[in-house]
Amino acid sequence: MTTPSTTPTTRPETERPLVDRAQYGLAAFLVLVGGYVLYDASTLEDGFADQPVQPYAVSYIVGAVLVLLGVLLAIATARGDLPESEEGEDVDLTQGTDIRTVALLAAVLVANLALINWLGWAITGAMLFVGATWALGSRTHVRDVCVGVALSVGSWYAFYVLLGVPIPAGILDGVL
Amino acid sequence: MDLLLEGFQQALTPTNLLFACVGVILGTAVGVLPGIGPAMTLALLLPVTYSVGPDSAIIMFAGVYYGGMYGGSTTSILLNTPGESSSVVTAIEGNKMAKKGRAAQALATAAIGSFVAGTIGTVLLWILTPRVSDLVVKLGAPSYFALMLLAFIAVTTALGRSRLRGFIALFLGLTIGLVGTQTGQPRLTLGEAKLADGIDIVVVAVAIFAVGEALWVAAHLRRKPLEIIPVGQPWMGREDWRRSWKPWLRGTAWGFPFGALPAGGAEVPTFMSYLTEKKLSKHPEEFGKGAIEGVAGPEAANNASAAGTLLPLLTLGLPTTATAAIMLSALTSYGIQPGPLLLDNEPGLVWALLASLVIANTLLLVINLPLAPLWAKLLRIPRPQLYAGILFFACLGAYSVNFQAFDLALLLAFGVLGLAMRRFGIPVLPLIVAVILGPKMEMQLTEALAISSGDVSTLWSEPVAVAVYVVIGVLLAAVAINGLRRPTPAPTASGGPVDDKELVER
Repeated sequence: MTTPSTTPTTRPETERPLVDRAQYGLAAFLVLVGGYVLYDASTLEDGFADQPVQPYAVSYIVGAVLVLLGVLLAIATARGDLPESEEGEDVDLTQGTDIRTVALLAAVLVANLALINWLGWAITGAMLFVGATWALGSRTHVRDVCVGVALSVGSWYAFYVLLGVPIPAGILDGVL
Repeated sequence: MDLLLEGFQQALTPTNLLFACVGVILGTAVGVLPGIGPAMTLALLLPVTYSVGPDSAIIMFAGVYYGGMYGGSTTSILLNTPGESSSVVTAIEGNKMAKKGRAAQALATAAIGSFVAGTIGTVLLWILTPRVSDLVVKLGAPSYFALMLLAFIAVTTALGRSRLRGFIALFLGLTIGLVGTQTGQPRLTLGEAKLADGIDIVVVAVAIFAVGEALWVAAHLRRKPLEIIPVGQPWMGREDWRRSWKPWLRGTAWGFPFGALPAGGAEVPTFMSYLTEKKLSKHPEEFGKGAIEGVAGPEAANNASAAGTLLPLLTLGLPTTATAAIMLSALTSYGIQPGPLLLDNEPGLVWALLASLVIANTLLLVINLPLAPLWAKLLRIPRPQLYAGILFFACLGAYSVNFQAFDLALLLAFGVLGLAMRRFGIPVLPLIVAVILGPKMEMQLTEALAISSGDVSTLWSEPVAVAVYVVIGVLLAAVAINGLRRPTPAPTASGGPVDDKELVER
């Protein structure tokens, strides 16, 4: 593992490296998950006689290491360890994080999973596409709606006719 | 040999040939789309293969695999922004060539080099797979346990700059792998009956690759248009051929062994190939300005290592790249148990796959060279529609596994995890490999200890296992030495002005 194996050296305040505070959140998340894995392991009972590896054995190891990694990450963060965010073709890291767009996309995805049993994929799929294009800044609404409907109805029929897999039709049962 | 011919017979039936064509075209089309690498292409197209038979599906997959890789190199040459780590090196010289008006030659040497390397790699697979298979059937559970441990350590330490983040990804993956009732009691199911069978790997893969990427791009969408270099029909002059053929062969020689090792991956061989070509070139002054050798070598190394990764996948059931991990989960979803007995149990299937690799490679050359200008047009697809489409197909893929809204909730949850991983620079590969191999590793351990009736020393009772532990020890020692050496330069490096600027503007 990296630097945290040695104790943090004290440096004058002026030399203190920049700290990425959000990483503390990730460290806390790791400790939390690890803690839950440990708790879950403690609720498991002994396995059968022919089970040489107890069901909780791996859980204990994984949980403990997760907690350890969380602590190590927190120490590394405090010592100025910075993440290298992933780059990509359409990623522009010189701008700030656009939380609004991400939240809108997440809302669109939640709407899809909440409505899919009632309305069916043919409708929610189109809503998903239109909603996502809108959230990402497209303003060609008519075209987006046409493409979305074509995609969702098309994929429903493609699954039904070509693959022989009927996707639950929801409210459109009998119409499609 | 007979088996190989039978494989060709099976792969060359009109239906399967059609599936191979569809696979190549779909794979290239999806792979060319910006932001989508070969692994994500496979993950998104996984549902398409559900209702066709295993042999057709595997053949289609081979097409998607090669198509996706070729599509990825097209993107990195024409856009200078590689979709994944293995095409980083291609982009260095490839994009410079394209800017000098030699995009056609860059695409041609990439395509033909991929074909040459892929073909040689496949022939090597024909020779090596049965032999390695014969060797590994003799291995017992202790050796498998050690090999899986090696795969974990290798994918975690070989990639990325931060080992800590590699291990975080690995153990998050192991946690996801724990979910379910494989051991007789519900583990980490949160009292949810739908989690009793564990979390479907398709949902995890699509979420981490596709949804995570879409959300990450949404958070940092480039508002200014990218410069895309127009391209005509790819072709190469006599001089280009003369300068390309040796790099192709040397790239293949670098790529295949690295891919075949359980610690594989295309990053190291592509980089080594680039350095080799730079050293051996008669035109060293052109490097950094668009040298054709710098495209030909790494691109061949990339494809040869992709062929190489199939060796541990088919003989040991060990995936060493994200793409191989998805292929493994595809095999598993057809009820095929990858591992040492695969070749014995499913000889027809394996040989059909090995034969179809050559067919896919040939189709790629025949279909894609003429279609290159069309693929280049795909790069202009408006980004809102592109990423909305990715989300659409990701949801369709996850939903089609069981037709349950619950899977869509998992998709969103793991998508957010994928977003966080990209934000914090946590590599994706160790997580995916851990999700797949974690439960298998527990099984091997159980099996080994059951045979020895609980005696732990059985774990180092086989010579292969001991050898593998030595390799793991050397790897970990190397990492530890690096880690101890780092603290001195680290404060200046991590607090440097570049990082400061990046963080402030984030």
